[in-house]
Amino acid sequence: MISERQWERIAPWAFTAASILLWELACRLFRVDPFVLPAPSAIAEAFVIYWRPILRNSAVTLWTTLVGFGIAVVFGLVCGIVVGWSRFIYSGLYPVMVGFNSIPKVAVVPILIIWFGIGEVPAILTAFLISFFPIVVNVATGIATTEPELEDVLRALGAKKLDIMLKVGIPRSQPYFFGSLKVAITLAFVGAVVSETVGANAGIGHLMLQAGSNFQMPLVFAGLVALAIEGIVMYAIFAYFESRVVHWAFRSGRNAAA
Amino acid sequence: MAGFVDIEDVELTYRGENGGVLALQGTSLSVGKGEFAAVVGPSGCGKSTLMKLVTGLVRPQRGRVAVEGAVVDGPLKIAGMAFQNPTLLPWRRTIDNVLLPMEIVEPHRGRFRAEHARYKTMAEELLATVGLGGFGDRYPWELSGGMQQRASLCRALIHQPALLMLDEPFAALDAFTREELWCVLRDLWEKHRFTVILVTHDLREAVFLADTIHVMSARPGRIVTTRRIDLARPRELSVCYEPAFVDIVHELRDQIATVRRQ
Ligand SMILES: Nc1ncnc2c1ncn2[C@@H]1O[C@H](COP(=O)(O)OP(=O)(O)OP(=O)(O)O)[C@@H](O)[C@H]1O
Ligand SMILES: [Mg+2]
Repeated sequence: MISERQWERIAPWAFTAASILLWELACRLFRVDPFVLPAPSAIAEAFVIYWRPILRNSAVTLWTTLVGFGIAVVFGLVCGIVVGWSRFIYSGLYPVMVGFNSIPKVAVVPILIIWFGIGEVPAILTAFLISFFPIVVNVATGIATTEPELEDVLRALGAKKLDIMLKVGIPRSQPYFFGSLKVAITLAFVGAVVSETVGANAGIGHLMLQAGSNFQMPLVFAGLVALAIEGIVMYAIFAYFESRVVHWAFRSGRNAAA
Repeated sequence: MAGFVDIEDVELTYRGENGGVLALQGTSLSVGKGEFAAVVGPSGCGKSTLMKLVTGLVRPQRGRVAVEGAVVDGPLKIAGMAFQNPTLLPWRRTIDNVLLPMEIVEPHRGRFRAEHARYKTMAEELLATVGLGGFGDRYPWELSGGMQQRASLCRALIHQPALLMLDEPFAALDAFTREELWCVLRDLWEKHRFTVILVTHDLREAVFLADTIHVMSARPGRIVTTRRIDLARPRELSVCYEPAFVDIVHELRDQIATVRRQ
């Protein structure tokens, strides 16, 4: 017999398998036009036939995502620390950043393409722009929410601002930082793909756009599945990373704001 | 009279959006070296503010604050502090939490790496005296509230400060743990004789521990009475049930009731 716990573990897999099966059955039973919605089997077939271009374009998307994300991490950390450093900068810059963040980044893509031409650069920059903000906000919030009493304890010992930052602020912001990474990587991925569908000559977004204009619906969906797999894997890696690096935040029940 | 801590006629207003809050006015207080002083008073009367003044975390608009004869014009650099909330760092083991001041206060700061083993032994011994022997390697979230408060007390004392500032350190604890920690604090004080200023709402706590009790008025706070407690030392918990002790508690309670009515 399968115990309740085991059920819980296999449940996600079971549900995924069941929905794919349902999809396949529905397509066959109702004879859905493969141009509207290809059956999973057709998508799998497209995967087998086109695995080379899918793999190559996935690698491009992955690369642009990671470069944009990497830049966002470095800048986000630095800016987050600067913004969290003083209440003055925090209150001054925060509204500016919120305003900046409320611009839909998709709207910026055409400008980036005009500036940098079609290619990887706009994709990298879009990935960067879109994933930068959550990192800054989380790091800054982690630092700025240091308990005032703790700051008093340290200041009464003669601690300088830098001491407080190194001993408390920065370690304290770690769970916020790692929490933001799993959000940021997903956003960077979205940014890269969006930019690719607007103007690029490689990447999964580009592949899907081309397949679409050639009426190769199974390939479009194969691209979508490839995106889903990449996105889930990257999220999982950073979620795992988060739980390992800042175990104390999970254990002490003080979770970071995602 | 020059004490270890001297506060003379200070006035302090917090600036706020809807006008300022006058927290202290005409407040004077003197605490001798090695004295155990307690400050009691109605909620919001400025007790915590008084602590911040003494440690130089805020500056008065008028009046003078001096510690060891020197006017306080910036954070003190020597004072140990503990609050109602233990504020231990969850990413550090208890022992490393206790050692935190050593990483900041001179001259320990410069020696910290070289003499880490010696400091560690010191911290372990201190933890043992408050009943936390063997818990140094635990993380704070593995300790109960009372244990965390003990660790917080150790953190305030590890660098052997001449001045210990306690702001309602036992307020969040149950009665038994609280009385246990009174004794811990009493023993530490008997041994090292640092100067203590303890803010508390618990009159029995104040009478049990302190040499002098300062009663503050409602906001803007000033000291309305100073009561010496001449109960013999060392005091055992049983003293709390003696008539002399109970009388003092009643007397102080009446005073605070009067202060609150005004
Ligand atoms: N940072 C601050 N900004 C503005 N007003 C403040 C600030 N801190 C305290 N106050 C005000 O100053 C007054 C005294 O505050 P304080 O914290 O010193 O009181 P307290 O005696 O410690 O109270 P409690 O017993 O409740 O802890 C209060 O009326 C409070 O509103
Ligand atoms: Mg207070």
